[in-house]
Order: sequence, then C-alpha cells, then structure tokens
Amino acid sequence: MPVIEVTNLHKRYPGKVAVHDVSFSVDEGEIFGILGPNGAGKTTTVESVIGLRKPDGGTISVLGMDPVRDRDRVRTRVGVQLQQSELPERMKVREALSLYSSFYPDPLDWRELADQLGIADKLGTEFRKLSGGQKQRLSIALALVGNPEVAVLDELTTGLDPQARRDTWEVVQRVRDRGVTVLLVTHFMEEAEFLCDRLSLIDDGRVVATDSPTGLIARVDSGTRLRFRVTGPFDEAVLTDLPCVTGVRRTGPQVQVAGTGELLPHVTAALAAAGITPADMRTEHTTLDDAFLALTGRKLAG
Amino acid sequence: MNRLARITAAELRLFLREPMTVVFGIALPPLLLVIFGSIPSFAAPDPDLGGQRFIEVYAPALIATSLAMLALSSLPTILASYREKGVLRRLATTPVRPGFLLTAQVVTHLLMALLSVVLLLAIGAIWFDLALPANALGFVLALVLAITAVFAIGLLIAALATSGRLASGIGSLLFFPVAFLAGLWTPGPTMPEFLRNIASFSPLGAGSQAIKAAWAGGWPQPLHLLVMLGFTAIAGFAAARWFRWE
Repeated sequence: MPVIEVTNLHKRYPGKVAVHDVSFSVDEGEIFGILGPNGAGKTTTVESVIGLRKPDGGTISVLGMDPVRDRDRVRTRVGVQLQQSELPERMKVREALSLYSSFYPDPLDWRELADQLGIADKLGTEFRKLSGGQKQRLSIALALVGNPEVAVLDELTTGLDPQARRDTWEVVQRVRDRGVTVLLVTHFMEEAEFLCDRLSLIDDGRVVATDSPTGLIARVDSGTRLRFRVTGPFDEAVLTDLPCVTGVRRTGPQVQVAGTGELLPHVTAALAAAGITPADMRTEHTTLDDAFLALTGRKLAG
Repeated sequence: MNRLARITAAELRLFLREPMTVVFGIALPPLLLVIFGSIPSFAAPDPDLGGQRFIEVYAPALIATSLAMLALSSLPTILASYREKGVLRRLATTPVRPGFLLTAQVVTHLLMALLSVVLLLAIGAIWFDLALPANALGFVLALVLAITAVFAIGLLIAALATSGRLASGIGSLLFFPVAFLAGLWTPGPTMPEFLRNIASFSPLGAGSQAIKAAWAGGWPQPLHLLVMLGFTAIAGFAAARWFRWE
C-alpha cells in the first residue's frame, strides 16, 4: 500500500484554480519529488496532503487516513517543513526543539537530532540570530523531532548558498536512510535529480509526467553531445564519416558534435588518427530541465 | 493540558525577554506610583481633591494604563506578527492546534496584568499607606470586566491587522484616547465633568471609574459595568468572526 496516495486532486481559490488535476502515489521509504516552476500548484498540493487545505475534488490518503478528518493522528505521524514558517524571534533553538518534541507521543532525542543536523552549538541562540541555513536546519529538525514515518519538505533549500544546499541534501538522504518516507517539493532541477527516487513534474496545476529522474530524461533523450576546442585547420569529414555522428557544428575554435551511442571513444579515436589534439573535451547530458522543456514547452525557473 | 501549559510557559519566557513590554506593561504603573508617592504634596491630602491624596485618585488610572498597554499594544502586535511570520502556520502542521498559542498568549498577558495590579496594590499598601480596595468583591468585578473589555478589543486588532507593524500602529493609536479617558493625564475629580461623562462610555474610562468606586468601598455604577460588558461582547464577537489563522 502506498504511504501517500493523491487521486485527481482539485483545489480552487477565489478567482483562480490552483490545482486542476493532480494524482501521484508515494511508496514507503522513497524520496518522492514534486518538481515544477513557481506557481504550478506545488505548495497547494502539499498543503492538501497534510490536511491544511480541504480539497474541492479528488481524494487524499496518508498512511491510510484522511488528512482532514484524521487531522491529529496524521499530524502525529507526519513531520512537516513548510515555506514561510518562522518561530518567535527570541525563542532559542533549545526551547523550540524541546517544546516541539513535547507535542508528540514518541519523540526523538532532540539533542541527538540537533547534533546530526549540525546545530548542536546553536542551542542557546535565539531564532532571529540564526543564519538562513541554520534556520532551515532547525526547521528540518522540528519536522523530524516527532519521529515521523513521513516527512514533507517544501522548498527546503530556497535561499541557501550552494554549500548549505549540498549539506541539506545530505541531511535529507540521512533522513531517508532512517526509514522515513520523504515527500520533497522543489523548483530546483538539480535538487530533484540528486535526491529523488521518483518524481512528478507539475505544470499549471497538472501532472505532466511521473518517473525516476533517469526515466524522465530518457523520454526526451536527444542523443549525446560533445563539445571541444581545436586550434588550426581540421577537416570535418574526419568526424562526419563516423556512423555514430549525426552532426558537426563549428564556430571558430569551438566544435560541437551531436550523435548517438558511444560517441566519446569513437570521436577521440578518429581525432587521434587524424593527428588532431582536442582541448576541453566535454560531454553534455540531457537534464531534467531539458525534459521539462520538452514535455511542457516551458522552462523551469531558477 | 500539559501541552498548553508548556506553550504558555514558553510564551511567558519570551514575553519577559522583551524589555519594552515588560517596562511599559508591568513596571511603569507601579513605578509611577512610587514617583508620585514620593512627592510630598502628592502624598498628602489635597483640598482640591476633596481631601483625598493624589495617589489614591491616580491608582485606578494607573491600573487602567497597564491594562491598555498589555491588551491594546503588546497582545495584538505579538499575535499579528505570529500570523504574519507563519508561527501559527508552523504550529498548524503539528498535532497541536494553533488556538493553543492564542490561548497561551492571552493567559500570558492576563498573568502580566494581574502581576502589575498586585505590584501596584502591594507597593501602595507597604510604602505609601494606600488602603487596599474597601469593596474587594466590587473591585474584582470591575477589574475582571475592564480586562475582558480591553482584551476583546486587543483580539479584534489582532484579527484585523495583517502585520505586526500594523497591529502595533493601531494599538498605539488607540492607546492614547483610551488611556486619556481612563484619566492617565486628568485622574479622578481633576477630569472636567463633561469629559468624565464621555469617558463613562469608553472601556477604561468606565473601568477606572468602576475600580475607583469599589476601591472607596462603594459599588461600581451599573452604567460602567454595562459599558464594559458591551465592549467585551461586541469586540469579542467581531474578533471571533474575523480572526484568520493565516
């Protein structure tokens, strides 16, 4: 049985439809992503999943329960980290952790949790004096302190610098390693690609596709591309004669080769045979950005 | 109940960490009593006040001022900023209902109001020979109604203000007329007759006159009690109707 099952979710606000038709299901122990541009309906979807909003249509089941009707029981077993939720300015990290752990019947040891999240040295610091990354870690800690079976994390690395973002990703992986199922909402392609076992691409309130990151990329794979620099004259026929090459484009010293299959070894061998030494050889991969663009005709923001 | 007690304890600690509200909400009224009580002419019977001492006349206005500070300024500012910054939203994702936080804040401010009143009574009685309220039951009745009236107004501000800054602005704007009519600048008999009649229809004008009557041993006028009940009912109903969690 899936841990989270959303079927034909529909949600309107006065004057606009936030979610047209969203369905997906999350299996136990996986990191499931919801990826889409800002305004696609991601936050409304998770708010409905945790029972903060009542759907106008469709059904949602979390751990076999209705998140609106079984509100308290769902909240006890699902930890949530939402965007734009702060703490009182002068509340200390220690006070927040100890207070929130008292809300749950079987909480984790919050000191250990603080240690794992790297905020153990900030226990005496007031919320307003924490950096963005520290606030985010505390937020994750508060979502996990109740020892949940499911963690819902919404845009958890927005506003973090690249290093803090990497660190947070590691934290999420460790959370999953403890057996927690993670529902991750993001508009960062890299984040989804790095963390998610499976994900749904959402655009304009609808699910465009659901698959593993590699599966999504494979759907739109336009072949392989190589890029390198060559100084001096060089006959393009050396490359166009190769069966795996479908196109060569040259702009000054820059050469771009498109093809299929094992492009890199064949091209390097052909160049070597012709006595040409390429510089800065790079393989370009199709990304989730390309997949999103191909599936929706739109670019992912950010 | 255990959760509510823990949240209240946490909010109480946060309240005491904010120097401005502690000074103006709790410490200032007893401090003003100490200052005026230490001025010999204010501590002696004054023929202009019908033979009463200034501090006797002033004490009810000081109680009212403390209530106004806590209920109109501090309480709505904190609640509106909790909503604005998503503190309530975060709590809504836990097994605890955000209503607990609202309750904890009201309880915190109530305790602080009572602390201020007790300090004022104790300091007055110990150092300035200020008699305790002669009609204790009437005093408690007047105090309770004054508290419910201004707290209802404070909750209404919190319901209507979309940000902590706006709530703070509305609160300060209301504080001055409310404290003025309660007699902070012209206490007791020094307030002109026509102004006192107007003040009878304000929450703390009615409150301080009712407190004063009970302090002297009489009973508050029914009009004053009705005015306070009216503010409690109307503002309380409106606050409950318009309050939003986000």
